[in-house]
Amino acid sequence: MTSKSNKSPSAGQPSIDFFAMLDALPWGVIIFDIQRRTLFCNQALSTLIGLSADAAKGLRCYNVLRCRACLSDCPTEKPGPMTTPVTFETDLINRDRKRVPLRVTLAPLLDLRQQQIGFIETIEDLRPLMELGAKSAQAYRFSNILGQSVQMVKLFRIVPVIAQSDSSVLITGETGTGKDMLADTLHQESDRSKGPFVKINCGALPETLLESELFGHTKGAFTGAVENKQGRFHLAHNGTLYLTEIGDLPLTLQVKLLTFLDDKVVYPLGGTKGFAANVRIVAATHRNLEQMVREGRFRQDLFFRLNVMRLHIPPLREREGDVRLLLDYFVNHLSQKLNRSVSGYTGKALQLLLAYAYPGNVRELRNIVEYAVNVCQEGRIAPKHLPAYLTEDRAQPLVEFIPEPLRPPPPHPEPQGVKGTWPTVEKQMILDALIKAKGNRMKASQALGWARSTLWRKIKLYGIDAS
Amino acid sequence: MTTRKVFIPLHGEEVAPRFDLATEVLMGECDAEGRILIEKVLLLPGPSAERLCHMAISERVQAVICGGIDQEVYDYLTWKRVEVIDNVIGPASFVLRHYAAGRLHTGDILSSAKRS
Repeated sequence: MTSKSNKSPSAGQPSIDFFAMLDALPWGVIIFDIQRRTLFCNQALSTLIGLSADAAKGLRCYNVLRCRACLSDCPTEKPGPMTTPVTFETDLINRDRKRVPLRVTLAPLLDLRQQQIGFIETIEDLRPLMELGAKSAQAYRFSNILGQSVQMVKLFRIVPVIAQSDSSVLITGETGTGKDMLADTLHQESDRSKGPFVKINCGALPETLLESELFGHTKGAFTGAVENKQGRFHLAHNGTLYLTEIGDLPLTLQVKLLTFLDDKVVYPLGGTKGFAANVRIVAATHRNLEQMVREGRFRQDLFFRLNVMRLHIPPLREREGDVRLLLDYFVNHLSQKLNRSVSGYTGKALQLLLAYAYPGNVRELRNIVEYAVNVCQEGRIAPKHLPAYLTEDRAQPLVEFIPEPLRPPPPHPEPQGVKGTWPTVEKQMILDALIKAKGNRMKASQALGWARSTLWRKIKLYGIDAS
Repeated sequence: MTTRKVFIPLHGEEVAPRFDLATEVLMGECDAEGRILIEKVLLLPGPSAERLCHMAISERVQAVICGGIDQEVYDYLTWKRVEVIDNVIGPASFVLRHYAAGRLHTGDILSSAKRS
């Protein structure tokens, strides 16, 4: 083989330097004979493998390329002459000991009589493509939160910045939008990620219990406080305390939280010694705190202290393009998790799913897909696999959806007939016992499980007229 | 008498172009005078860089001679005080003799095509 064209150039036709042309290509090119000994490798391939063209000349192709395919499933070793080009993906280890992913196209090299005289391989380095793929995949997600809508991309841009700061964060958003996930992400991305992430639902516990849960208590602080207990603030020391449903926090505890945000010291119930907790507060609510402040149901000063950094997660119906992204993500994720072979949606099912308003946001969408994947089991999800309320009752088209009006927080569940703080409760208990015992202090103290002297002391403390 | 043990992953009779894809190993032992004392081929159940590393360390070899090797595996072996002579091309027994004579270096091409 020569470096010039085989055909003699006719008058006026310039001769082509074939190998110089191959050297100018951005892809690797290697030519080898029928015994698979290297005849030529271009500049791009030399750079990629780290071996000069001269050193490669005469060597067997597998010693030059060191491809996985060369050593395990080389197409040139298949019986019979090679007729058509083949393309495959593989990898090589270059002279710098780096593993390089490749796309190789191997084609037979024929002479003028169509006899195979060797092979020509073009080699594409897939590293830039893979980096691009990884970047584009990341563009639609931040940690475990997915989204490609403008609002979510904006959120993904600001979250790392907020995570790195140590200020209090207020996360707002409708139910099911992923407030908990965002709070967790903020913690994981922050410098406190090695510390604890403690979550407490302010709406899930009665006021007295919540106070003890948050701030802890000392032994004897109230009946049943048989030992010292550390509160969640203490447990979250050097980490993040996530207060979910902060809108449901009772006013009395709002004051105590406010004090902590000012002093960074927590005082357990019944204790005099404070604990300086190094805690970052992340709060979340689905309620409209501004409106609650206006209505006097949420302290304005606490709102201002929590609202240092605010992240709002938009509802799914406002996130253009995210429904489709999430539908595709969940169908793949759940069919793998549930061991089903569901590949996607039929046109009609997709139409229904895209038109739905998702008042329960991402949580509801996930549940719908999970239901459909369980029912469908294989193939594509059709309307019959969707929950009945989606197909039968189509009274909730996107345009008619009205968000749930804001309601005042529900009162905390309290024991029947018992209201207010512990002293009030205790006073009421003493009065009840005295009434039942018809004024007999001995019987009343027995009913309460106290010594007579304790009852006498408490009667005096509360100023009860037991006569 | 000081002897040196060496591992050469094989591809046929040649030094394997890839350490991680070799299914046979030539284990050689040579003395200070460059004489080959032991030369035997070990068969592996399948290609595995981890298994080869483990073998090399448990057999207390002083050197591994191979073609391509991942940087991670190279670092591991050198950390375990195993000399790695990589990017070597040529027939394994010829390479072993070169090594025994103290004439083998990283990147040596001892292929017959190059020698002729």
